[in-house]
Amino acid sequence: MKTSLVPAIDRDYFEDLSKRAIGALGPNEHLFLVLEAECSQFVRFNQGVRQTGVIDDASLEVTLVLESSPGVLKRASREISLSGISYQDREAIREAVGVLRAEVPALPQDPFAELPKNPGSSMTTKTGNLLATESVPAKILDAVGNSVDLAGIYAAGPVIRGMANSARLVHWFSSEFFSFDYSLYTPAQRAVKGVYGGSEWNDDEFRRSISSALQKLKLLERQPRKIGRGSYRTFLEPAAVGALIEMFSWGAIGESSIRQGESPLRRLRGGEKKLSPRFSLAEDFSGGQTPRFNQVGELAPEKLILIDKGELAHSLVSSRSSKEYGVSGNAAEMDEVLRAPAVEHGTLEQSEVLGRLGTGLHISNLHYLNWSDQNGGRITGMTRYACFWIENGKIVAPIENMRFDDSIFQLFGSNLEDLTRGCEFLPQTGTYDKRSVGGIWVPGMLVSGMQFTL
Amino acid sequence: MDENLKAALGQAERVLGRKPEWLGFRKVREVSTTRYVRDGHPQANHSSLSEGVMVEVLENGQFGYAATTRTDSESLVMAAQKARIHASQGSRYPIHRFTVAQRPTVQGEFESNFGKSIPSAGELNDLLVEICRKLDRPGPSTQNAPRPKMIRRSALFETVDTEVQFVSSNGSDARQNTRQLVGWFQATAQAGDVVQKRSDERCGQGGWERFNTPDLWNRVERVAEEALELTQAEDCPSEKLDLVLMPDQMMLQIHESIGHPLELDRILGDERNYAGWSFVKKEDFGSFVYGSPLMNVTFDPGVAGELASYAFDDNGMASTREYLIKDGILVRPLGGVESQARSGLPGVANSRACLWNRPPIDRMANLNLEPGNDSLAEIIASVDRGVLMKTNRSWSIDDFRNKFQFGCEYAKLIENGKLTRTLKNANYRGITAPFWRSLKKVGDPSTVEIFGATNCGKGEPNQSIRVGHSSPVCLFKNVEIFGGAS
Repeated sequence: MKTSLVPAIDRDYFEDLSKRAIGALGPNEHLFLVLEAECSQFVRFNQGVRQTGVIDDASLEVTLVLESSPGVLKRASREISLSGISYQDREAIREAVGVLRAEVPALPQDPFAELPKNPGSSMTTKTGNLLATESVPAKILDAVGNSVDLAGIYAAGPVIRGMANSARLVHWFSSEFFSFDYSLYTPAQRAVKGVYGGSEWNDDEFRRSISSALQKLKLLERQPRKIGRGSYRTFLEPAAVGALIEMFSWGAIGESSIRQGESPLRRLRGGEKKLSPRFSLAEDFSGGQTPRFNQVGELAPEKLILIDKGELAHSLVSSRSSKEYGVSGNAAEMDEVLRAPAVEHGTLEQSEVLGRLGTGLHISNLHYLNWSDQNGGRITGMTRYACFWIENGKIVAPIENMRFDDSIFQLFGSNLEDLTRGCEFLPQTGTYDKRSVGGIWVPGMLVSGMQFTL
Repeated sequence: MDENLKAALGQAERVLGRKPEWLGFRKVREVSTTRYVRDGHPQANHSSLSEGVMVEVLENGQFGYAATTRTDSESLVMAAQKARIHASQGSRYPIHRFTVAQRPTVQGEFESNFGKSIPSAGELNDLLVEICRKLDRPGPSTQNAPRPKMIRRSALFETVDTEVQFVSSNGSDARQNTRQLVGWFQATAQAGDVVQKRSDERCGQGGWERFNTPDLWNRVERVAEEALELTQAEDCPSEKLDLVLMPDQMMLQIHESIGHPLELDRILGDERNYAGWSFVKKEDFGSFVYGSPLMNVTFDPGVAGELASYAFDDNGMASTREYLIKDGILVRPLGGVESQARSGLPGVANSRACLWNRPPIDRMANLNLEPGNDSLAEIIASVDRGVLMKTNRSWSIDDFRNKFQFGCEYAKLIENGKLTRTLKNANYRGITAPFWRSLKKVGDPSTVEIFGATNCGKGEPNQSIRVGHSSPVCLFKNVEIFGGAS
């Protein structure tokens, strides 16, 4: 028995489990299997080490589709924990299928369910060069130094996503990667945010990340300025733009949210509104950080333009939405969220940012965003971390945190002056239920006005 | 009791050689179900069974953990060895030298009320389909305006059954079984360009009766009517007014502007890289005027039926009811045994983990605003001009938990002590302490309702957990209120 979960659960193991489960299906029964597994080291810092450990976790979602009569599909799913021990996992899958088999006949027809298809399997395996488990606290804290107040989370290890179905399709994605999501603090509790991530740990790159954050931290030692309510010229760093782009996943860019009256982007489809011709957004899987396959095994196009020069080119369309609304699907996930977002760069050189901004706000990060009026496209949230008041192209002072409340039709529309020529890749560091994969490519953004309300 | 877990603990103690300062196993088996129907069609009939063990070792004053889905003795021994390595490495950079006192011995059992049995999958789907059908109705004809129509009808029912067994080298041997459930339905109505939603949610521990109340179909009817009504409503005015918040919005107000800022791990800075920290400082306890003298807030995992009721937390501390804010004065933080040791402050039994695969951190459990003396009618009658708001739809607050902005699904204008016109897109904003100091009336026990948050997020690695909040109706004076985008 392999002592760790992810070495035990490899592609062959997954394929063997799948074959056995599919082989036990009855007539008119169809199966989808979705695997998620990880062996993750987590070290949480708050000056020293707050919590440290490792989590070996694997789960398999088993979806049974019953074709109770020609064209009539009923569907249910059950997620189970996997141990990587073959006889235990086979038994767990058998039990799960049994539970589903008992339940499905009594369910109503699901008119938007899919039968398994096999357009071709895929396999992506990325190995990494991660820090030795036991060296992490020393490597990070020694580089930062005793005099610097640090908080953050180091997460590392292999992550697996797999998908198989009873049409004999098998997709496999495994990636070894790390992220160190951190913040550094002044004695007055002002902070700079940084993320260092990838598949190859490099001491020099890590030190550069810390050094860059420390330089910014010095600027935060200046006396902060309280800014009154109103509209200000604003430059948003890539992390802040990324936070705004995440809102497109929250009931905006999905076909179902447009059809069900939830999304403000339905106003683009109707031609009632337009965003700026400078703004383009795509799903771009070419970097390979995110699996292209979805829960039913469809492969997303390598690149799909969603917003093209301010106009809605495509929404994200899952197979369910495709059936429900009679439109072509584009292999979106069932919840139709962004998986590999990339914002098109602009023409603003980084060296010209402060000069073009002139007088206004330079925002590094935004926090706790939510729709304040989803139908109207209005978002609220807070500034966070290293945000500055700029006068005549010069940094004057850090600002006290402010609440903004503004419309995407202004921020990505009439008020969008330019985007930076360079984009940054911001790795996903989320760990709800499991470690996220992928990230967002995004430039900085200069807007002629952003509404601050408190 | 699962004797195998105790046996595995003993085996791990022997195999580890030099005895660790403390060793504990927390085994969790959680079975959840989700039934979701939209527009009469099933969207999800999903269940999950998650099972694993969190192994913790205390070594050189540092806790280390290893969590695994493998629950056999051999695997748990290996997990203990891994946890020990992590504790040992981390102990070179301690933030505090913990002792076994931070893992108090606990023995016993707790079982929540499971109430009436949950209907079968087929019966539940039939009910949710019927709710969608009853939500589906055309609006009244209108003059010179598009007739409102229902464009989306949704209904959901979820259960979470959790079994936790906790054994440790200092004699803990305890088990807790709980059933939590959520029932929810929503109607989305449209008239021309105006789209409005109205929803109803019930959550807590217990059985089918928590959702299937005698007035279920009246609730369904009200949601449909109010969604349609909102499409014809005027926008909420933008001015400073008195604000009456119903319990299903008070829930969110308590959660965001009392619960989170009082979490001691936030005050100690653990959360500042993610969820944020707090405007509250350690020295504030015992003197800080958090709100008006009418404000009394308790931590109480003993309230039957509330979402987060339990007898002891995931570090083994027995739970008791405690005042966090008494007569407006801040008296006690939400801090578990580790935060108590680090801060020197008293705390509560709130070290909680969302599942077997995350370490415990300071969380809310049941956090309740205690009732006052006024009826709803008396509260409304006391307002010359104000707005009554129900049911949260938007929430945002800064990382120190000061500047908040919340929005509600449904609102009514109050004029001269009476509810008058319906308002849509109702929002309000404020700053935590000044807002709570503007609390002028607290509803009597007849106005109290129990709600909760089923997806409270914090922690690194991230954890989403369920917490309960009960509250009466409350009146706040002179609040900044505003409407929608247009």
